[in-house]
Amino acid sequence: MSQLSPPRRDTWKRSLRLIAILLAIWFTASLGLGVLLVEPLNRIWMGGFPLGFWFAQQGSILVFLVLLLVNSVAMDRIERDADRSEDPEDPS
Amino acid sequence: MSIAGWTLVFVVGSFALYSAIAVASRVGTTSGFYVAGRGVSAVANGMATGADWMSAASFISMAGLISFMGYDGAIYLMGWTGGYVLLALLVAPYLRRYGRYTIPEFVGDRFASQAARLTAVVCAVFISFTYVAGQMRGVGVVFSRFLTIPVEYGVAIGGIIVLLYATLGGMRGITYTQVAQYCVLIVAFLIPAGAISWMMTGTPIPQIGFGSPLIEGERAGVALLRAIDQIHADLGLPEYTGAFLAGKKTLPDVFAITMALMTGTAGLPHVLIRFYTVKTARLARWSVMWALFFIAILYTTAPAVAAFARVNMIQTLHNTPFAEAPDWFRNWAATGLIRFTDQNGDGLIQYSEGPGAELVIDRDIMVLANPEIAELPAWVVGLVAAGGLAAALSTAAGLLLVISASVSHDLLKSFLRPGMSERKELVAARLSAAGACVVAIIVGIYPPDYVAAVVAFAFGLAAASFFPALVLGVFTTWVTARGAVAGMIAGTGFTAVYIGWFKVFEWSGPESWWFGISPEGIGTLGMLINFGVTWFVSRRTGPPPPDSAKMVAMLRGEPGSETRG
Repeated sequence: MSQLSPPRRDTWKRSLRLIAILLAIWFTASLGLGVLLVEPLNRIWMGGFPLGFWFAQQGSILVFLVLLLVNSVAMDRIERDADRSEDPEDPS
Repeated sequence: MSIAGWTLVFVVGSFALYSAIAVASRVGTTSGFYVAGRGVSAVANGMATGADWMSAASFISMAGLISFMGYDGAIYLMGWTGGYVLLALLVAPYLRRYGRYTIPEFVGDRFASQAARLTAVVCAVFISFTYVAGQMRGVGVVFSRFLTIPVEYGVAIGGIIVLLYATLGGMRGITYTQVAQYCVLIVAFLIPAGAISWMMTGTPIPQIGFGSPLIEGERAGVALLRAIDQIHADLGLPEYTGAFLAGKKTLPDVFAITMALMTGTAGLPHVLIRFYTVKTARLARWSVMWALFFIAILYTTAPAVAAFARVNMIQTLHNTPFAEAPDWFRNWAATGLIRFTDQNGDGLIQYSEGPGAELVIDRDIMVLANPEIAELPAWVVGLVAAGGLAAALSTAAGLLLVISASVSHDLLKSFLRPGMSERKELVAARLSAAGACVVAIIVGIYPPDYVAAVVAFAFGLAAASFFPALVLGVFTTWVTARGAVAGMIAGTGFTAVYIGWFKVFEWSGPESWWFGISPEGIGTLGMLINFGVTWFVSRRTGPPPPDSAKMVAMLRGEPGSETRG
C-alpha cells in the first residue's frame, strides 16, 4: 500500500464527493424527470413541449453536457490544488 | 444534376479525402498503430469519438425509429448520451492513467489474471463483430438506393477504403479520417434538418422548431407536438408524446433499457480505446466532454427530425391516391423498403399501424428519404448519402481496430508468441486488421439473419461484462481474480441466455419477461448480477492480488505512482 499523505487523501475524497454529486444530478435529470416522473410532468406544457417529454428527448442531454463541463473544470482545480500542496513537502 | 449524379460526386469526393488522410497519416510503430502515439488533442479526440460512436444506426436509423416510437425513442437519446457521463466520471481518465493499449490488457493486469484477460478478449471481439455487421448493412443500403449499385459491390468498395486506412495508419489513420467523417456526417445531418425545420416552423434551428407552431397546412398555428398528438388521435394511434400507454413500452422496461444502453456505452471497447490516444488523464476527461458536445449536436437534432418526418410523412401519404404518390415513394418501393397493399381496394393510401396496415415502411429509411419527402434539392440528398457512409465507415474502422489489437496484442503477443519483436507485432496487427476487414465485407454481403436480434446483445454484453469490471477495478481494492472472472462470466452468461431465449429462439413471449424487462434492457440485470457475483466470490477467494492497492493508487493518480506512456 502506498503511503498517502493527508492532502492527497483529501484529493481523492474531494473527487469522490464531486462524482457523487454529479451522478445524483445525472440520475435525476434522465431516469428521474424523463422516466419515473414523466407522466405527471407531461401534464405541464411549456414552450410547445410537454415537460416530461422534453426532459426525455432534449433536456437530459443538455444537462449531461453541463455536468461534463463542470466535471472537467472542477477536476482540473482539484488536481491543481493537489499538485500545489504536494510539491513543498515532498511526501514520499 | 440528378440525385445519383450528386451522390456520386459527394461519395467519390469524400472517399478521396479519406484515402489522402490515410496516406498522410501512415505509421511505423505499434504505439502509433494502437494509440496514435498518444498525441491526439482533446478536441480532435472528441470529434473522432463522435464519429466512432455515431454509427449507421445513429445516422440512418435513429430518427426514423423515434419517429415511429414517439416518447419511447428517448431510450436511445438518453441511453446513448448518458453513458458519456459514466465514462467521464468513472472510467476514461483512470483508464488513461493506466496506459498501455487495449481493454483486455487493463482487465488482465488489474486483476493479475490471464483468465480475466482472455474472457475480456472474447467479449471484445464478439461485441465488435456484432456491431461491424450492422455498419456494413448500412453501407449496402446507401449504395443500393442512391447509386443503384448492387449491395455487394457497395459493401466491397466501402470495405476496401476502410482496409486502406486501417492497415496503413492504424489508430492514427483512423483518428484523422474520423475527424473528417464527423464533419461530413454532421453537415449532412444538419442541412436537411435545418431546411425542413425552416419550411415547417419558420426557424432554421431544429431544436427550437421542435417546440414551435406549424406555419402551413391544415394545422397551421398549432404547436408541432400538439399537432402530432392530434393526428395520432385521428388515426387511432397512441399519443406521440405520451409515456407508458397501451401499445408502448412499460415504465420498468424504459428504465431498464435506458440504463443498459448507458452502462453499455461506458463499456464498449471501441469507444474506451479512444481515451488511450491522448497524453494525460486530464485530456481524457476533456475528450469525453468534447465527444458528448459533438454527439449532442446530432442527438438533440434527431428527435426534432423525427417529429418533422412524422407530420410530413402522414400528411403527404394519408388518403393520397396511390397513382399520384410522389417519386420518392415509388423509388423506395422499388427497393422493397416501402410496401403498399391496397387492402380496401379504394386506390387510396391509408396510414395505420399494426396488422392489416396498407403501408409498411422500413424505419431505416426515414432520414435518407426525409430530404426527398421535403422536396429538398438533389445535392442535399447526395450529401446525406455521403453522411450515412461516413457514419458507417468511421464506426466500422474503430471496431476493426479493436479486433485487430485483440488478436495481435492480446492473443499473439501475450499468449502465443510472447517473444515477438515490435516489428513483427506491427505486421501482425496490420494483417489482423486486414483479415477482420475481409470478414466484415463478407458479413456485410451475406448478413446472417440474427444480426438485428443481436445488436441489443452488444450493449447488454458490454454492460454486463466490462462496465462492472472497470468500475470495481478503479473504485475498490478487494476484487480477486476469480471474483472478476466469475462476475464477467455470470453477467454475460445470464444476458446471453435471456436474449437467446426471448429474442433469438423466441421460446416464450413478452408475458414471461422478468420484471417486465425486454431482452434489450436485460443488460441492466446482467450488470447487477456481475456486481453481486464479483462481490460474493471475492469474499470467499480472498485475498485480492498483492499489487491491487498499488495499482489502484496509480489509477487514482496518487504520488509515487507513475503514469505509463
